[in-house]
Amino acid sequence: MTTSDLDGVPARPPVAERRLHPVTPFRRAWAPVAVLAGWAGHDPNGAQEQLQRLTSTMLLIGLAVLVPAAGLYGFLSWWFTHFAVTDSELRIRTGLLFRRTAHIRLERIQAVDVTRPLLARVAGVAKLRIDVVGADKKDELAFLGEQEARALRAELLARAAGFAPETAHEVGEAPAHELLHVPPRELALSLVLTGATWGSLTAALVVPPVLWLATHSVWTVLATALPLLGAAGASSAGRFVAEYDWTVGESPDGLRIDHGLLDRTHETVPPGRVQTVRIVEPLLWRRRGWVRVELDVAGSDNSVLVPVAPRAVAESAIARILPGVTVPASLSRPPRRAGWCVPVWWRGHGLAVTEAVFAARHGLLRRRLSLVPHAKVQSVRLTQGPWGRLWRLADVHVDTGADKTVTARLRDAEEAARLLRAQAERSRTGRRDARPDRWMT
Amino acid sequence: METGIPEETGLVGDEPVWRMLPPGLLRMRRLLLAVWAGVLALAAGLLPGLLAGWVWAAFALLPLALAAWGWRLLGRNWRSWRYAERADDLLISRGVLWREETVVPYGRMQLVEVTSGPVERWFGLASVQLHTAAAATDATIPGLDPAEAERLRDRLTELGQARSAGL
Repeated sequence: MTTSDLDGVPARPPVAERRLHPVTPFRRAWAPVAVLAGWAGHDPNGAQEQLQRLTSTMLLIGLAVLVPAAGLYGFLSWWFTHFAVTDSELRIRTGLLFRRTAHIRLERIQAVDVTRPLLARVAGVAKLRIDVVGADKKDELAFLGEQEARALRAELLARAAGFAPETAHEVGEAPAHELLHVPPRELALSLVLTGATWGSLTAALVVPPVLWLATHSVWTVLATALPLLGAAGASSAGRFVAEYDWTVGESPDGLRIDHGLLDRTHETVPPGRVQTVRIVEPLLWRRRGWVRVELDVAGSDNSVLVPVAPRAVAESAIARILPGVTVPASLSRPPRRAGWCVPVWWRGHGLAVTEAVFAARHGLLRRRLSLVPHAKVQSVRLTQGPWGRLWRLADVHVDTGADKTVTARLRDAEEAARLLRAQAERSRTGRRDARPDRWMT
Repeated sequence: METGIPEETGLVGDEPVWRMLPPGLLRMRRLLLAVWAGVLALAAGLLPGLLAGWVWAAFALLPLALAAWGWRLLGRNWRSWRYAERADDLLISRGVLWREETVVPYGRMQLVEVTSGPVERWFGLASVQLHTAAAATDATIPGLDPAEAERLRDRLTELGQARSAGL
């Protein structure tokens, strides 16, 4: 079915509508079971009481009604979901009772993700998600055949890049050039050196016994232990599994991020979509010179670019993503009197403005350096409270399109006023040499 | 400092030409304050006065004193609001204790909104609100003359189109 759909694409007129992969309805069939399980997990005492009242026949009858009903719902919602790729848009038509049509403009695509959760990998299908500003969770195509998803991603990107409509589906996937790869050993070690991992593990090991001593109630202990264990697992093993085999690549389509041990994710961020980049440096990583790089793309969920890498490697990757940007080596600290506003921690703040970026750092133990290319600045604000006025200090905020605000705190008031004017000027002119939305034109 | 029609004053370049808000907003806010303070003072004076003796009616002075203080605050706040249309960006400055100055390049504007609530309409006022792709951008100019608000909206839209840039 999938292959025939795929083969049929070139022959059809441009607005031919397609359906999702026929495996799709089955994922809906799980919904009521998942809801019940979620309710049982949320309120174990109530669930047990309710279960004791039910007989096994009633349970069977309930399941016999619920599962086909959910299956029918799944089938109908699959039947009524269509999508089509036109020259400039991706159209998704869906909804059983309430019809909904989404037209997504291709030149405004911020990122395209192909994810393959474990079960979907077994079934040979994938989820395709298009990130645009203000997009809905519903605007993802789940599920498509694996081949079809790849072909569709390539086609969408080719059209978004501005290739001619006739040739768009023949362009195929652009070759990727690997920028960096995170070895599993380094990833495991970096997680061991993260405070959050140990914090959640100790919480999971200490809190339940203490509660047991205090209350002697199995349900209370279970109700707290399970979420704590879940959090501990998510922050250690879960992160390892999700960030396993992290590969960042570069292609004419933009940035490629592939990762995951069980659930594989392939993300493509077209050129010029990155709004901010953050270099995070936890305290324990500093001796090894490791950093984590996060990025913000408007409308995208994923925010990690590199889970762990040596600083030099990370900086060279950033230079590829934000062309012409070098990470400023030295930052200017706030004046000494800033200690009256923010004791001790004022030393963690810093600011550097280069030709291409506005860079502000904060945090003393866990340092975070945020970089905003001038071309991505939406507005600049200066704020000053009464206490800051007394010490002639002001904050400068730079707002970006990914709903992230980067703040240079505790600057000298006159410097801040100059900075405000200069930054407005820079962000206005920074646009001139930016690439067009259709980056191949 | 005028609120009338400018003769291309916004295009002077480096030196921003600041404009203040028309007095209508101050009048509206002060009137609202006076009305609410009057109601509160009446309640605070009558209730204890009738129930516990006429001396307790002195409680009415409390809302009145607060209103007098608020009267001054409103004046200061109103005076602190000002905006300037420069060649390429809009400047908005406001606040007395917590000062804030916002710069929005015209090219980044996604949407310009003119809103006017029922009370504002009664006083012949309208607000202009600018939206960029960043939700944190808080660029609102309240209490403008409707004609001025519309002029500003048209001018901003026009400039925004001329200098338009995406995300």
